[in-house]
Amino acid sequence: MSVSKEEVIHLSKLSRLEFDEKSLDRITNDLSSIVDFANQLSNIDVEGIKPTAHILDIKNVFREDNVDKSYDREEILKNAPEKEAGCVSVPQTVE
Amino acid sequence: MELFSKTLSEISKDIKEKKVTIKDVLDSVYKRIEQVEPKIGAYITLTSKEAYERAKILQEKLDNGIDIGVLGGVPIAIKDNICTKNVKTTCASKMLENFVPIYNATVIEKLEEAGAIIIGKTNMDEFAMGSSTETSYIKKTSNPWDVERVPGGSSGGSAACVSADMAYAALGSDTGGSIRQPASYCSVVGLKPTYGLISRYGLIAFASSLDQIGPFGKTVEDVALMLNIIAGHDKKDTTSANLEKKDYTKCLVNDVNNFKIGIPTEFVNDGINKDVKDAYDTSINKLKELGAEIVDIKLEYAKYSLATYYIIATAEASSNLGRYDGIRYGHRAKEFSDLIDLYTKSRTEGFGDEVKRRIMLGTYVLSSGYYDAYYKRAQQVRTLIIEEFKQIFEKCDAVMIPTAPNTSFKMGEHSTNPLEMYLEDIFTVPVNIAGLPAISIPGGFASNGMPIGLQFITKAFDEEKLLQIAYTYEQNTEFKSKKPSIN
Repeated sequence: MSVSKEEVIHLSKLSRLEFDEKSLDRITNDLSSIVDFANQLSNIDVEGIKPTAHILDIKNVFREDNVDKSYDREEILKNAPEKEAGCVSVPQTVE
Repeated sequence: MELFSKTLSEISKDIKEKKVTIKDVLDSVYKRIEQVEPKIGAYITLTSKEAYERAKILQEKLDNGIDIGVLGGVPIAIKDNICTKNVKTTCASKMLENFVPIYNATVIEKLEEAGAIIIGKTNMDEFAMGSSTETSYIKKTSNPWDVERVPGGSSGGSAACVSADMAYAALGSDTGGSIRQPASYCSVVGLKPTYGLISRYGLIAFASSLDQIGPFGKTVEDVALMLNIIAGHDKKDTTSANLEKKDYTKCLVNDVNNFKIGIPTEFVNDGINKDVKDAYDTSINKLKELGAEIVDIKLEYAKYSLATYYIIATAEASSNLGRYDGIRYGHRAKEFSDLIDLYTKSRTEGFGDEVKRRIMLGTYVLSSGYYDAYYKRAQQVRTLIIEEFKQIFEKCDAVMIPTAPNTSFKMGEHSTNPLEMYLEDIFTVPVNIAGLPAISIPGGFASNGMPIGLQFITKAFDEEKLLQIAYTYEQNTEFKSKKPSIN
């Protein structure tokens, strides 16, 4: 296995996902086979090749920092799963 | 001839010449949906109430001599990852099952300005991750040519509804083949435009450096008409290209004389179904007959596109999908112990297996110790693939390859091995990696009756040449006139 179960557990914490024992085995398997497949790239000589993050030759695009009308608070809150007093409500974050 | 079976250009002409009313057209399409949708399952949401209200307004304008736009009154379907104001946009995920956008994607604004009527939102693979529409949390979609088979994906609902005459055209999105592969499986025309030609504002992000919105149509002409409307710079999308607007219908010329078409024989022969190969060879001869010059080309790096794609796309996805935390919108778990547990439970409940797999893989290739070996290396190979295509387009006008190595498969056939499913994308991903435009058009039928797609690729922002070649091929073949019987 090119990806270990311990690594998968670590990745799941980074990804904020949970897997039960059975699906942990399955995803370890899946990730290993995909990583093995991706390892074919190690055969290519990439010495001195510039990485491409983006295919268009666009640099930073700026706009004037003008005050503009934004969305209505009530409208935006329509999609919030829990809300209170015009705000999105969340569990207590600071003791 | 029933109204629903006409093409977009035919029906918009009929409406403008007042041979039919917009209501007649809507009635015909919704009646068709009522008849075949129970067998196909292409739509997640139908917006008939809004559609009829809009039809009334447009008809009044038309009757008063006011211009209602190029697409005036024409029913169009939209993939459910493109935001539609006040209409649920689910991404076929439990995560966004009840999400109602408060704004329209730029492409929706443009379609509506041109007079189109949105008639519904179409099914897809969850968050556009898949090649069969089977990862949808909402429902299954069948291929109109054989209801036991998949329509392809991820834009399977959009391809199926155009194929089954349940819309005159549709929008999809293509990150690694998600427009072209289902177009091929369902025997319709599907265009993946150059990265940057169409604004992605309001398209729910999967892999931002690869995603692109594009049209499905019954003919190349219809796709060109749709492209005319949706293409163009948008200040809301900083990656959209600022170019002069073109009229893509002008390039619909029946002529490929002296066009140089690149054929990468070695690349194509690897792992391809015999019927697809036969259809491909027939197409090569057809183009020769039409006066095109066939040029043998070699693709050294393109065969690494798939591995490159599954590193880059998942890396970008794991980052893009970080926004789904159950706080501001989307699914929130009912039970949790603290804030971190709220994030974890909401995501674990809200995402399906394929989405989780890709988030995990993306997190892996970006994590310390693996970043250089996978992510950075994939970006370097991406450079090599881009350069390779640049060189090819110095000596060829276009490259022709099949859209997919196989025809549509049975539902569940590839559900146990994700890698097997990924291999179906071998001919479509190089285009996204290099940001090029490509089109899939009907290119024949396999011995089992399933459609085969033919793909043309040109250099960036050369959609005109792409459409001209596709149009010429279409005009000189019979495939587009064949319709599924929907058994």
